Amino acid sequence: MDLIWLIPLLPGIGAALNGLLGVRYFSKRVAAGVACVTMGGALLLSIGAFYQLLGAEHREHVVTVAQWIPPIPLATASGEIGAFEVPWAFRLDPLSGMMILIVTGIGFLIHLYSVAYMDHESRGAYARFFCYLNLFCFFMLMLVLGSTFLVMFVGWEGVGLCSYLLIGFWYHKQSASDAGKKAFIVNRVGDWGFMLGIFLIFFTFGTLDFRAVAEAAAEMPVEVGGFGVLSAICLLLFVGAVGKSAQIPLHIWLPDAMEGPTPVSALIHAATMVTAGVYMVGRNAVLFSHAPMVMQVVAWVGVLTALLAATIGLVQTDIKKVLAYSTVSQLGYMFLATGVGAFGAAAFHLMTHAFFKALLFLGSGSVIHAMNDEQDLRRMGNMRLYMPVTFITMFVGSLAIAGVPPFSGFFSKDEILYRTYLNNKLLWGLAVVTAGMTAFYMFRLIFMTFFGEYRGPSWGHQEGEDHAEAHAAADDGHDADAQGHAWHGPHESPGLMTGPLWMLAVGASVAGLVGIPAAFGFRNLIEPFLEPSFTAGAAHEATEHAESHLLEWGLMGFSVLIAIAGIALAYHFYVRRPERSEQLAKHWAGAHRWLTNKYYVDELYGATAIKGTIGSARGLWTVDRHVVDGAVNGAGWLTRACAWVSHVFDKYLVDGMFNLLAWVCTEGSYVFRRVQTGLIQNYAVATLFGVFAFVTMYLIARYVG
Amino acid sequence: MPAGFSAADFLYILPELVLIGGAMLLLSLSVLVPRRDGLLLWTALATVAVTLVLVVRFFGLDVTAARGLLAIDSFAAFFKVIVLLSAALTLLMSAPYLRVEGIRVGEYYFLILCATVGMMFMASGVELITLFIGLETMAVSFYVLVGFLKPNPRSNEAAVKYFLLGGFSLGILLYGMSLIYGVTGTTSLAGIAAALRGQDTSLVLVLAVILVGAGMGFKIAAVPFHMWAPDVYEGAPTPVTAFLSVGSKAASFAMLLRIFVVGLPALAQEWSLLFYVLAVISMTVGNIAALTQSNLKRMLAYSSIAHVGYLLIGVVVRTERGVAAMLLYLGVYLFMQLGAFAIVTAQRRSDIIGDELKDLSGLSKRNPLAAFAMGFFMLSLGGIPPTAGFMGKMWLFGAAIDAGFIWLAVIAVANSALSIYYYIRVVVFMWINQEEPVGSPIVIGPAMKVALGVALLGTVVLGIYPQFLFEQAEVAARTLQGITAATVVGGQ
Repeated sequence: MDLIWLIPLLPGIGAALNGLLGVRYFSKRVAAGVACVTMGGALLLSIGAFYQLLGAEHREHVVTVAQWIPPIPLATASGEIGAFEVPWAFRLDPLSGMMILIVTGIGFLIHLYSVAYMDHESRGAYARFFCYLNLFCFFMLMLVLGSTFLVMFVGWEGVGLCSYLLIGFWYHKQSASDAGKKAFIVNRVGDWGFMLGIFLIFFTFGTLDFRAVAEAAAEMPVEVGGFGVLSAICLLLFVGAVGKSAQIPLHIWLPDAMEGPTPVSALIHAATMVTAGVYMVGRNAVLFSHAPMVMQVVAWVGVLTALLAATIGLVQTDIKKVLAYSTVSQLGYMFLATGVGAFGAAAFHLMTHAFFKALLFLGSGSVIHAMNDEQDLRRMGNMRLYMPVTFITMFVGSLAIAGVPPFSGFFSKDEILYRTYLNNKLLWGLAVVTAGMTAFYMFRLIFMTFFGEYRGPSWGHQEGEDHAEAHAAADDGHDADAQGHAWHGPHESPGLMTGPLWMLAVGASVAGLVGIPAAFGFRNLIEPFLEPSFTAGAAHEATEHAESHLLEWGLMGFSVLIAIAGIALAYHFYVRRPERSEQLAKHWAGAHRWLTNKYYVDELYGATAIKGTIGSARGLWTVDRHVVDGAVNGAGWLTRACAWVSHVFDKYLVDGMFNLLAWVCTEGSYVFRRVQTGLIQNYAVATLFGVFAFVTMYLIARYVG
Repeated sequence: MPAGFSAADFLYILPELVLIGGAMLLLSLSVLVPRRDGLLLWTALATVAVTLVLVVRFFGLDVTAARGLLAIDSFAAFFKVIVLLSAALTLLMSAPYLRVEGIRVGEYYFLILCATVGMMFMASGVELITLFIGLETMAVSFYVLVGFLKPNPRSNEAAVKYFLLGGFSLGILLYGMSLIYGVTGTTSLAGIAAALRGQDTSLVLVLAVILVGAGMGFKIAAVPFHMWAPDVYEGAPTPVTAFLSVGSKAASFAMLLRIFVVGLPALAQEWSLLFYVLAVISMTVGNIAALTQSNLKRMLAYSSIAHVGYLLIGVVVRTERGVAAMLLYLGVYLFMQLGAFAIVTAQRRSDIIGDELKDLSGLSKRNPLAAFAMGFFMLSLGGIPPTAGFMGKMWLFGAAIDAGFIWLAVIAVANSALSIYYYIRVVVFMWINQEEPVGSPIVIGPAMKVALGVALLGTVVLGIYPQFLFEQAEVAARTLQGITAATVVGGQ
């Protein structure tokens, strides 16, 4: 366990190797090898560390690698001086132990998958891709292992950066680079909240160490019916989580993130990045438990996100977009769980979700690969004949996410529903409706892709228009070597891609077994295991649910029914009577339009926040130009300054003062240039002037002041 | 053996003696085996290296030698290490430059070592005359070095300017020193402090403080005694400019701290205010003037004036923490400033001078490594994390806040925000401007590679792990007598 600092470091080394040397010198095999070996090493270390953790008496282990920021005395709220001291310390406890297994395990499979998936890329881009992928895992592991808020923040910002790099990986494609920027900027809004939260934590507690903060917070009274400092902290932290985990209203970046290569989508959606928000809330469970008002906010944001994202998912036609909205929706479930105090259930769902969502994304990547970069569901169909492995594994994944027993999603989702029911019946109702929709849109995806008529482009000797179009799309996304690569129709993906699919399918089937509810007569393993991470004291008994098993059985049966109903409905609309779905869409044209346009949230932001920023920037810019024209000497420079400033305005903040200041500074600068005459007698006079000025100053101070 | 000196005294000044011996050897070698540039460089480097090892061994000692003329303590050792490191880096980056300029290297290296000897005495002197002689040794060497490009009128002009203004300001400094001597009857700093203890501050002493402050202000190039700096920096051979802006400045800061903190604690109120004003106007004028410079060396000159402003914060707050932060910042400044000048030096090729900002256009394409290094130094000078410059600034400004100088810190932070503009402009030129490059390709030879590598390593490592240097700086600051014990003003 003392080697846990190596877990993030290994992918970091891989990233450094590929980034510094790989892009120039490595062949594809070496680049992929470096990335996979470092990731595999991290996985083995994680397994080892986790095994040791299971055997350890005291399930908490902190390793301090080095001092980072030496103690700086800073005043805190209590009037004392806290030492602002941050070591490079890593914490292994049940929660982070589970997370490193997820990140390294699924990350490793995605690495393997990418070896085959990214094979079309040119050599440099290939190494660059693996460099980013490794870097992503490096930062994510830093995030989950960090033992203080600041180390976590390093990872937090790092995954934000990597998401930008990876989503915009095909940077010559306008939509991809836009999506990268969008992800980065929206995340920035969340980071703002997270950062303020960290500041407030230090100000309140005088430390940034998780354990110390949790213990100090546990001493404080629960803020029932009030909004105190803990509530403020939690709310700010939650703003950060909302940004990172794509909850309403900052969910808009995640669907656009589909512009990245598919393995990246899988990595962002399943193992890393978006789970960071849930993880962070779980990590601060003690804080949140003391702020019931914020918990309510969390629960409601979670359930509304789950519901709205699910409704949007109902009508999307891009295979990856459906999955994207399902991720947003499932993350909503996790926040719902944390909001009702079921932190263990949230972490459990996080784990099962990591399996089935990675599986679904990699499966969809396999389909897209087979269809020569076609992503539209309406142009697929009957694919189960061409790619049986992908079909079977994705089918398993869909059963898992829909909540059909005994697949993993059933157990975790049911735990959340059960705990929600105990807390608030209305929340439960919304969550159940969402569960039905989830089953519906997932099987809509399955049926449209794998069943029915084949509706895709033709191939082989029939060089049709469709084919040319598909090829154009392919060239758009790939490098030049795709041109020589003729498409021979849909085909099963190579073993390097189906292998991870099989493994994930097994995971998605059985991962739920660690959390079988007590009602089945087994022991629920995962929640008591995670419990120490969510409480302050060392010895704390897991709370026993007093409710009867009968209620649990009933709820379970009900949610299974809902899931099956959703599947049946999807079957009816998309396999037996495909024309009915068209009619329905026409009949409800208004609602359908709202949903396909994702409730116009993007447009709303475009019209308000973005337009407003640009508009006011333009206005200021015009004013500036007129002021500038008046100045004779600095006209040329100032125009450039304004162009630069307005450029900043367009992108970031509106700040009128800045121009004035820049103007004063430049003019001042020219004054100083003129003073610098180059004549030595002037310089000597300036020196003497300085002496006289100081003498005068003292004389005045002494005899007048 | 001269009366009153013991054998131990010679042991204590052994580093200086080695340096003088090495300088003499260099001078003889340059006559005996002319045109063996490599041999001369190695000799000079070896001399500096041996001296460095000896100086490091002296770290932790706290004795006065030579009948109270010299202090051999950690404070002196800290500054000597900075001075020697900057001399070594200057020597390394000089070699290719001298070849292009066609300069005879023997005298050049000799003068660098002489200047270094002067600086080392400035670091350890605790008596006004000794300090003054150290200062003169350094200054005279620099007068010659600045004008070393004999056929170049800019260089000649710079040398004459530096010499005349230097003489002028030394006169002011000496006048101040003589006033102090007149009042106290001694030139020993400890003696001066003892004589002034408990006395009322007379107007004569205030005048002395101002005059000595002005004289030292000239050496460190603080506004308004800075006028020489841009012209001299621009005209001097680039490595000499680098040495001038780091070595000479560090040594002058050592002397300044000794005189004021050790010798004149009774007048702390007065000189603290003086340096407060100097700090504020230095950083403001330096940064604003740098905004519109089109010549890299001039821009760096103004940037170094601004940095003097930041460094003076340590003198103003005069707490142990403040002085330690200032020493730390000097250590950081050594690497980033010399690194930046190393890049400017490397820009000099047979067909182009290369010190204009526009000469950097498209450097990222032509020489990515140099562009990366330069970019990193610029970020560090601007104080952007995770570079060393950020850590240094954080400590320095933190010390100011800690001692209750909130406004000084606010002004300093605003100033560093302003400075980002012209540092980033360099990056813009290197990456975004893709004008046709002028001149032959840039070749970075092995010596220059070592210099750049050391500078870059220092800037990176001190940004991530400043702890080590800070501990040494704290020890050094503690040995400086008369320091107010670390006091915490905020928080109550």
